[in-house]
Amino acid sequence: MLTLEKRPQPSQAWTYLAPLVAVVVTMIVGGAVFAMLGKPPLESIRTIFWDPLFGEFAAFDRPELVKKAGPLVLIALGLSFGFRAGIWNIGAEGQYIMGAIFGAGIALAFYPMEARWLIFPLMIIAGMVGGMLWAMIPGLLKVKFKTNEILVSLMLVYVADFMLDSMSLGLLRNPEGHGFPGSRNLQQYASAYNGDLIAGTGLHWGVIAALFAVVVSYIALSRHIFGFNVRLAGQSPRAAAFSGVNANRLVLVCMGISGALAGAAGMFEVAGPSGQILSSFNVGYGFTAIIVAFLGRLHPIGILLAGCLMALTYIGGETAQLTLGLPRSAVQLFQGMLLFFLLAVDLFTNFRIRLTAKEAA
Amino acid sequence: MDLSAINPILLLASLMVAATPIMLAAIGELVVERAGVLNLGVEGMMITGAACGMIFAYNTGNAWLGFAGAAAGGMALSFLFAILTQYFLSNQVATGLALTLFGLGLSALLGQNYAEARPPAFPKMDIPILSDIPVLGPIAFNHDPMVYVGLILVAGVWAFLKFSRAGLVLRAVGENHEAAHALGYHVIRIRILAILFGGACAGLGGAYISLVRVPQWTEGMTAGAGWIALAIVVFAGWKPVRLLLGAYLFGGVTVLQLNLQAAGLAIPVEYLSMSPYIATILVLVILSAGRAPGSLGKTFHASR
Amino acid sequence: MTDTLLELSGLTKAYPGVVANSDVSFSIKKGEVHALLGENGAGKSTLVKTIYGLVKPDTGTMTLEGASFQPSEPRAARASGIAMVFQHFSLFDALNVAENIALGMENPPKMGDLARRIREVSETYGLPLDPDRVVGDLSAGERQRVEIIRCLLQDPKLLIMDEPTSVLTPQEVEILFETLRKLRAEGTSILYISHKLEEIRALCEHATILRLGKVVGTCDPRETSARDMAEMMVGATLHVPEKADKAQEGDVVLAISGLSAPAPHQFGTALKDISVEVRAGEVLGIGGVAGNGQDELVAALSGEMKTKPGMISFKGNSVGHLPPNARRKAGIAAAPEERNGHAAAPDMSLVENAVLTGAVRMELTDDRGFVRWAKAKDFAEQVIETFDVRTPGSHVAARALSGGNLQKFVIGREIMQRPEVLIINQPTWGVDAAAAASIRQAILDEAAEGAAVIVISQDLDELMEISDRFAALNEGRLSAPRPAKGLTIKEIGLMLGGAHDMEVAHVDA
Repeated sequence: MLTLEKRPQPSQAWTYLAPLVAVVVTMIVGGAVFAMLGKPPLESIRTIFWDPLFGEFAAFDRPELVKKAGPLVLIALGLSFGFRAGIWNIGAEGQYIMGAIFGAGIALAFYPMEARWLIFPLMIIAGMVGGMLWAMIPGLLKVKFKTNEILVSLMLVYVADFMLDSMSLGLLRNPEGHGFPGSRNLQQYASAYNGDLIAGTGLHWGVIAALFAVVVSYIALSRHIFGFNVRLAGQSPRAAAFSGVNANRLVLVCMGISGALAGAAGMFEVAGPSGQILSSFNVGYGFTAIIVAFLGRLHPIGILLAGCLMALTYIGGETAQLTLGLPRSAVQLFQGMLLFFLLAVDLFTNFRIRLTAKEAA
Repeated sequence: MDLSAINPILLLASLMVAATPIMLAAIGELVVERAGVLNLGVEGMMITGAACGMIFAYNTGNAWLGFAGAAAGGMALSFLFAILTQYFLSNQVATGLALTLFGLGLSALLGQNYAEARPPAFPKMDIPILSDIPVLGPIAFNHDPMVYVGLILVAGVWAFLKFSRAGLVLRAVGENHEAAHALGYHVIRIRILAILFGGACAGLGGAYISLVRVPQWTEGMTAGAGWIALAIVVFAGWKPVRLLLGAYLFGGVTVLQLNLQAAGLAIPVEYLSMSPYIATILVLVILSAGRAPGSLGKTFHASR
Repeated sequence: MTDTLLELSGLTKAYPGVVANSDVSFSIKKGEVHALLGENGAGKSTLVKTIYGLVKPDTGTMTLEGASFQPSEPRAARASGIAMVFQHFSLFDALNVAENIALGMENPPKMGDLARRIREVSETYGLPLDPDRVVGDLSAGERQRVEIIRCLLQDPKLLIMDEPTSVLTPQEVEILFETLRKLRAEGTSILYISHKLEEIRALCEHATILRLGKVVGTCDPRETSARDMAEMMVGATLHVPEKADKAQEGDVVLAISGLSAPAPHQFGTALKDISVEVRAGEVLGIGGVAGNGQDELVAALSGEMKTKPGMISFKGNSVGHLPPNARRKAGIAAAPEERNGHAAAPDMSLVENAVLTGAVRMELTDDRGFVRWAKAKDFAEQVIETFDVRTPGSHVAARALSGGNLQKFVIGREIMQRPEVLIINQPTWGVDAAAAASIRQAILDEAAEGAAVIVISQDLDELMEISDRFAALNEGRLSAPRPAKGLTIKEIGLMLGGAHDMEVAHVDA
């Protein structure tokens, strides 16, 4: 009989191994699913995981990869602080939208003024503020009324979604757009455009911000007392209170950080790859970032790697749709599966399995 | 705008219909949480139920079989959650989120060929005599059978928790799993059964949307209903009777805003559409009462 | 052997890394109160869990009234007439008394009938209890009554009691013993687990002593001295902490005046108008039955729970409003009762646990808040060395340490910060005798060096051994402190709240 036995302390090896095992298992099970759908499994897997990096058209795919990984990493980093502290902001999608609306709003307010040195930084700040304000709602309600932040932050995603519709049809609609929904395209407004810093690399300011955030998060978590408090609060809330961590303040700070980073991601996206406020602007980065955060073990470096992997499944999935006719939802399923397997494999970090002689019943 | 176009009798009648999917999902989740498990995957199980319901109903031509298929689909998904959280001891919050993301993908995949499909009709049942009562008759006694299934489930869960021995044991497991284990109750077995029941209920709720409310299949059509169901469980303070109230309150807001949209109120449609979500937040802030089950969301592992 | 109720022979149960029971054999006679003695970790609880069907032995057999007895689960054990009163973990706070009792029975009658029977039995045995009350609102003593009545309703052949007196005042203990003697007279056997030797001498006629999972001896406690039993239990002569002679009374360092605070959570205790002063160099012992405000008092003193500024003052300055780190900076250190998850974070390393409270006083962070990990490691290793914490190293997670070693680390961590006021809740709870002795010695040494020390404990012997003055906490109120020297058990019992509302059993033996 198999029995579980708690390890005296978490296994270091499994901490690093678990995500890799999860990826491999997902590939195997995913391949089986593709086979059931009548698609060649090996080719599907290769199309998703290999071709965007090293395939025939990799030159086109790589910049796209960078553009997709940027927001995922940025949002996931923000979420990781809260998740470590046991504060569950799962409404990053809404904060991402609000960041985009605020950022684009600032840009459009200045249109057509030419002062990039002023407008672009203001947009970044506005995006962060927008996301932060949106995240502060569940934060403050949790602190003041003990309201569940999971539910409130999630409800606000739907509210933000309708807000986006309303903006693209109303306040921010392009006055020269012949009545079509959607704002002016910021890609055509040089002072606000968040384009590639080196043409054809996909490397825009949002990606730089994500890399910068990786470094800052790493230092904060491993070297600073703030990171220590975050970890402590997540692992043992009572010990944190005894140590002197102010739980309410921590809720607000963690919600604020995750909101600000999600908002910034939204702003970089709307000012760059997406270009305009439109009801189809958001594609679920805020939710995928949750997977990225867990897959990356809530560790900044891990998140960087996981963000790249998840971007790969997006790009590869799109290619697979075109070349193999793989349904779009198959990729979403794939991402969900990845998180499932990771959570399952995680067991081995804290437990070991032992084979014991079957006991007489 | 023309508020006189809103017929209060029809409004109340459609409120009962609008409340049903949430009520079904919420009563299932209530049982799960009373057993001490927090399953945040309700949305994923509902949407999977919506897709499975359509598939079974369309292919068999029988709406009842559609509901049965939906319950099975929701249950299958919840079984994954049960295995992960009860045997693999994974974090319930993360696993629930994963279940929702997985369910959204799975349902989209399952339902991809059913976007054009129309489900078989699911006729209302005219309850003789009662449905002839003026005003009350059309409001309460002239609906499709699932409306009553929902009500019967709520009443059944209420009676189960309050009067039955098994209900007492379930509450005990949710309140203090260590103590329940020490007395010899099978914490994990009881929890798995509760999780499966919750999955079946969520599946039914989802199918009600795709087979009756809309009725057709579109991706992501549950639009947060599962999350609202979770919120209603909190609002209800884990009590079935209050849950009924919460579901109707939510149904009322939904129906009212739809009617206001139809009546051409000066407020833009987007803002009216937000109102159920904002109402849910307000309800959580203002009206939440009650104490959560003692072991809610905690992982149980019988050590020595 | 008709008068033998339960016979255990050769019971062995091994867990990875530790043999909990090794070839344990003894028998319990009908109508006998049999003591099972042993230190923490001696294997007592594994053994009783085996009898109760919660643990399956690797080898060995049990015989109940001549028939083979292998309960696969507690239900089966209960059906065979075994009942157990747990030390903790077996009541449901949100359920009422009747529901709690029904959960522990095989075929409970209807709720109405059950309530009536609860009233009957509780009156017969002098354990008044209202079946409709919610258990979370009951005192520790009342909660134990729920457990006992749950057992009595099933007319058990064998009643197992695991450390039953730790939650009772001395007067309540006397009444409990009356009840148990009546039960014995009715023919019920009792397996009584304890490490309190005087109690065992007063109640039991046979004792089996366990050490490290093995039976190391048996005796008749009525004819064996407590000291002899203690040595069998521990396997060595115990070092008794020495109190240094006090030169003179120091100044008042900590003054608590009119401290009142609402209960921090639903089933907590409110603090009511507590006033006491503690002087440099003295140990103030605070006794009390569990759940009478101990946790809340420690939280109020450590800063975890804020109060009005003037309610607590340190060297004349109000500190009641300050958060924990500001108090540590001033010189107040505390160690809460629960080691795992309160005083220490179980999944964090000892170095990280050193930072948990040491950050301020030991300057383990710099001005900008960056942690000096090297310095933190040094500090953790000093604590480990000075307090003889047995661990492979400072990188080990706190949960990997045994209770005694982690407790030495937690208390050492506070003492090494050289506080002027030290508050400790339950310093030796669940700690083996050798570690307990060294912890008590460390507390005395700290006081001798001039710190004002408050020790809160449920172990009255411990308090009498180390305190200069003694006060009792009862329902959130603190009695006036009295010099510990010369206090009798009876006086202490009255300070703790006497017998509350218990009465002597009415059964005629």
